[in-house]
Amino acid sequence: MSIAGSLRVVEAGARVYRRTWRGSVISTFLNPMLYLLAMGILAGQLVDDGPGAANLQLPYLTWLAPGLLAATTMQAGAVDASYPVMAAVKWRKTYQATLSTPIGVPELVLGHLGWVTLRITFVAVAFAAVMALFGATTVLEGLAAVPPGVLTGVAFAAVITAYTARLKSETGLASLFRFGIIPLFLFSGTFFPIEQLPDAVEPIAYVTPLWHGVELCRGLALGADYTFHPLVSAGYLAAWTVVGGYFAVRFLSRRLIS
Amino acid sequence: MSNLVEARNLTKHFESLVAVDAIDFDVHEGEAFGFLGPNGAGKSSTMKMIGAVSPLTAGTLQVLGMDPARDGPKIRARLGVVPQEDNLDQELSVYENLLIYGRYFGLPKGVIDARAAELLAFAQLEDRRQSLVEPLSGGMKRRLVIARALINQPDLLLLDEPTTGLDPQARHLLWDRLYRLKQQGVTLIITTHYMDEAEQLCDRLVIMDKGKIAAEGAPRDLIDRYATREVLELRFPVGAQAVQAQQLGEIAKEIEVLPDRVLLYTDDADLAHARVLEAGFAPESTVSRRSTLEDVFLRLTGRTLID
Repeated sequence: MSIAGSLRVVEAGARVYRRTWRGSVISTFLNPMLYLLAMGILAGQLVDDGPGAANLQLPYLTWLAPGLLAATTMQAGAVDASYPVMAAVKWRKTYQATLSTPIGVPELVLGHLGWVTLRITFVAVAFAAVMALFGATTVLEGLAAVPPGVLTGVAFAAVITAYTARLKSETGLASLFRFGIIPLFLFSGTFFPIEQLPDAVEPIAYVTPLWHGVELCRGLALGADYTFHPLVSAGYLAAWTVVGGYFAVRFLSRRLIS
Repeated sequence: MSNLVEARNLTKHFESLVAVDAIDFDVHEGEAFGFLGPNGAGKSSTMKMIGAVSPLTAGTLQVLGMDPARDGPKIRARLGVVPQEDNLDQELSVYENLLIYGRYFGLPKGVIDARAAELLAFAQLEDRRQSLVEPLSGGMKRRLVIARALINQPDLLLLDEPTTGLDPQARHLLWDRLYRLKQQGVTLIITTHYMDEAEQLCDRLVIMDKGKIAAEGAPRDLIDRYATREVLELRFPVGAQAVQAQQLGEIAKEIEVLPDRVLLYTDDADLAHARVLEAGFAPESTVSRRSTLEDVFLRLTGRTLID
């Protein structure tokens, strides 16, 4: 395993992105802005004027924004680790090309996640800028949410890379988004506190990595109270990253070095 | 002459399937070495093991004097690999494909730029440098894959079915490029199920069938050893072939009955043809020709190369 090899994979990711970034602008920037506008500002006025305002103790837009940053980085991580990995393994077989050079599977996975980290950082910083622009938070508050946001995105990217490495067809990716990412996006405390969920379902939210990401982002940006110690949440996300990375190496090796 | 590849008892299993069944072979420096056989003969599995991207099930393999299990990255640093399916990055330009691939070998950009210029000239893609890969023709993509495989100036170039799916013109252009590489002293290993490709390009080859090596030698030697000098092909009306073939026994040294034609192995096809007509047979069409590697394969295995 060589770090130099991984850095070359990061570099390749950046070179490809220079060609393809246009296609991802809408999903990574425009959609979150629309959510912030529709939910944060427009629906948020109803919340702020209604009886629920006392529960949040903050304008809804402000409360929503850091959580939405975590949900956005989750989606960016999921996108980068799903269809592009499927294409590299199955459709275009570019991973096979990479592996016929001195680069091995561990370097490939580390480099892939390294590049995804850079891209998600870019997404998170842009989102923090939009938050400030909309008056949801200050610039510094927004930037404080960037590191946990990136960690959230990378945790998802690692696990989903491992998941995609085993898939025979892309229907598994559609299911992933339909039954995994979208429900998480809606029910992990991004749009409403999970105390709103039925008591029986509430503990499930504690297991989801996105909820921990949302907690950390909100805590760091707004000084909100944590349910668990922040290091527990950060450790939980880091564990997902490491386990995901480990299985990504295993599954890709099984598939490509057979 | 030193060996760049030495395989002894080389074996590859995929679960219960035996893809490569205890084969031995050596590839000498500077030669073009071929694996000829039908699909599923074990050629690609052998190539992947040589390319250090597939662990052996049993046996030993030395590539460039190293063990692929231990020195995979070092071996791959000195190989050029042209896979069966083009795995170019379709979203990138011709040049960017060379750049990214060259960077995987740790080459500085300046070195890659200089080599890319030479390689694109060699691959006759100079005017396509900035084009995206996706709209290129099959032959152009293939030549780009070969150019990409040469970016690290490999000691050994592995070509897995290099011309499958190309039209005749594109194939001949590619053969010409590979022939030039051979002239420059690059050691080539080629798998193919085209006997003409093997005859054109390979100094030495092994014929593979069902994971085993059926024969080994120079193309001409194999033909001399396993086939007669010439072949007469006869085509009879549908249904009449089997009956007619039984009665042809006297005329040729050996007869092979295929679904669509009968092959007569003989030293003089024209003479045999005359005797066929004399004996009162009336084939619908006849072809007399020199024996090829296809005939060698047929006689060794009882099957054709492309079925």
